[in-house]
Amino acid sequence: MDHFQNPRNMGEMKDADSIGEKGNPVCGDLMYIYIKVEERNGKEILSDISFQTFGCAAAIATSSIITELAKGKSLDEALNITRNDVAISLDGLPPIKMHCSNLAADALQDAIKKYREKK
Amino acid sequence: MNASKYVYLDNAATTQMDPRVIEVMNEHFRTSYGNSSSLHSIGQKAAQTLVKSRETVASLINAKRDEIIFTSSGTEADNIAILGVALKNQNRGKNIITSAIEHHAVENSCKSLKNRGFSITFLPVDKYGLIDLRELEDMITEETTLISIMFANNEIGTIEPIKEIGAIAKKHDVLFHTDAVQAFGKVPIDVEAMNIDLLSASAHKLYGPKGVGMLYLRNKGVSESRGKFIEPIMYGGGHERDMRPSTINVPGIAGFAKAVELVKNEMPKEIEIQTNFRDKIIKNVLDNIGDSYLNGHPTKRLPNNVNLGIRFIEGESIILDLDSEGIAASTGSACSSNSLEPSHVLLAIGLKPQEAHGSLRVTVGRFTTDDDIEYFLEKLPPIIDRLRKMSPLKSNKKNIFITKTR
Repeated sequence: MDHFQNPRNMGEMKDADSIGEKGNPVCGDLMYIYIKVEERNGKEILSDISFQTFGCAAAIATSSIITELAKGKSLDEALNITRNDVAISLDGLPPIKMHCSNLAADALQDAIKKYREKK
Repeated sequence: MNASKYVYLDNAATTQMDPRVIEVMNEHFRTSYGNSSSLHSIGQKAAQTLVKSRETVASLINAKRDEIIFTSSGTEADNIAILGVALKNQNRGKNIITSAIEHHAVENSCKSLKNRGFSITFLPVDKYGLIDLRELEDMITEETTLISIMFANNEIGTIEPIKEIGAIAKKHDVLFHTDAVQAFGKVPIDVEAMNIDLLSASAHKLYGPKGVGMLYLRNKGVSESRGKFIEPIMYGGGHERDMRPSTINVPGIAGFAKAVELVKNEMPKEIEIQTNFRDKIIKNVLDNIGDSYLNGHPTKRLPNNVNLGIRFIEGESIILDLDSEGIAASTGSACSSNSLEPSHVLLAIGLKPQEAHGSLRVTVGRFTTDDDIEYFLEKLPPIIDRLRKMSPLKSNKKNIFITKTR
């Protein structure tokens, strides 16, 4: 509930290096993940990340948690954040709500993919 | 949950019991515990309570005492009405006409008949949720045995033209059932004037107990050729004119009757007070919150129902934020239920899925106060602001959202 009431890293990022996008038409959620990437010691690091969502409470909370998990990680590490990591960090989601956490993880992967395609 | 103040604005879901009903039920739990089928005094005392209760409930809708079948719920009454009439009359025809915005109790009862070779005609509704009477008449065929159209919709509060539907049903010699669970005790109902043959209602929507409902079943005036026009869907000891067996829940029914007695006296006043609350909320929100709109009909609607569309955000989040401020309301968003599909009612009145997800239903009741309304109207705008800040959808942005058509 804390991540729903006080979401971290929320809002649009004007100078993002890449924007990941994911929608779940059944549930009607839409998710944007904005990322900024920096090179440190030859590694590409997610220096900043934020999200926007038209979504239910679970989508808001998972977006918040995934941005916290991913911040400061390398792109490869961030790609390995799985759907389950998110649900575990949130102390488990009810099965019907699992797709909401998929939304956040998928949008992050989309952002990284688009960033790499651009390079 | 804020324990010091809790504002309950979800009276269409269920109501808080009236203390006067609780008092009556407590009394009956102690004194009318006999089985109303028993011959001894305590059994007969329960039987007397049952008769009186039946009379009270019947009087609210201008029915006769023996036309009331007590059930365990509105859902059960809907099931008996639809399955009972369809199966009894299947040699005559196998078509049922209903609307696209029925409660699941009616919708799914009808769908279950599809598997048994029945055809179900789902009448579409206009943007207000009203059926088209001409279309209804056009859809009636030789095969049609039953029309089941709800009195008032549970989500958007729209009141259907029941009297006109009753007249059409009578003209074509088709039985007419109405699910009046939301309307019973909220607006005047007259089964004679409206030509209603079957009607479902429930006690817990009008400050009575959960687990008690009723089915009105017309005794006379149904075309002679029909004879007995309904069969039971449950079998047992012959209670409730063989239509609904099982030992009678006399204390619950006495509570239902008390709730009806109260509402009979208080209805005109309640309609006035609740209509004022309703229209105040609608006006305030539409005036003060941008990109909001009313779902349902502006005037042909239940006095206690407000259903607002709030663009760019999701209903479930609004509900949780309201709850953390100590306010209970409801939404037609999919995420609030076990299915992920948005409300079939909101889709039927033409909303897009993302619009249906942003609906907010506020239903006032007998215990709602002026302060409650003020408190709600004060807390809502900042909640909408907060959630809209999080949303990628904006009024000035091209909406790139992928819409799914049904």
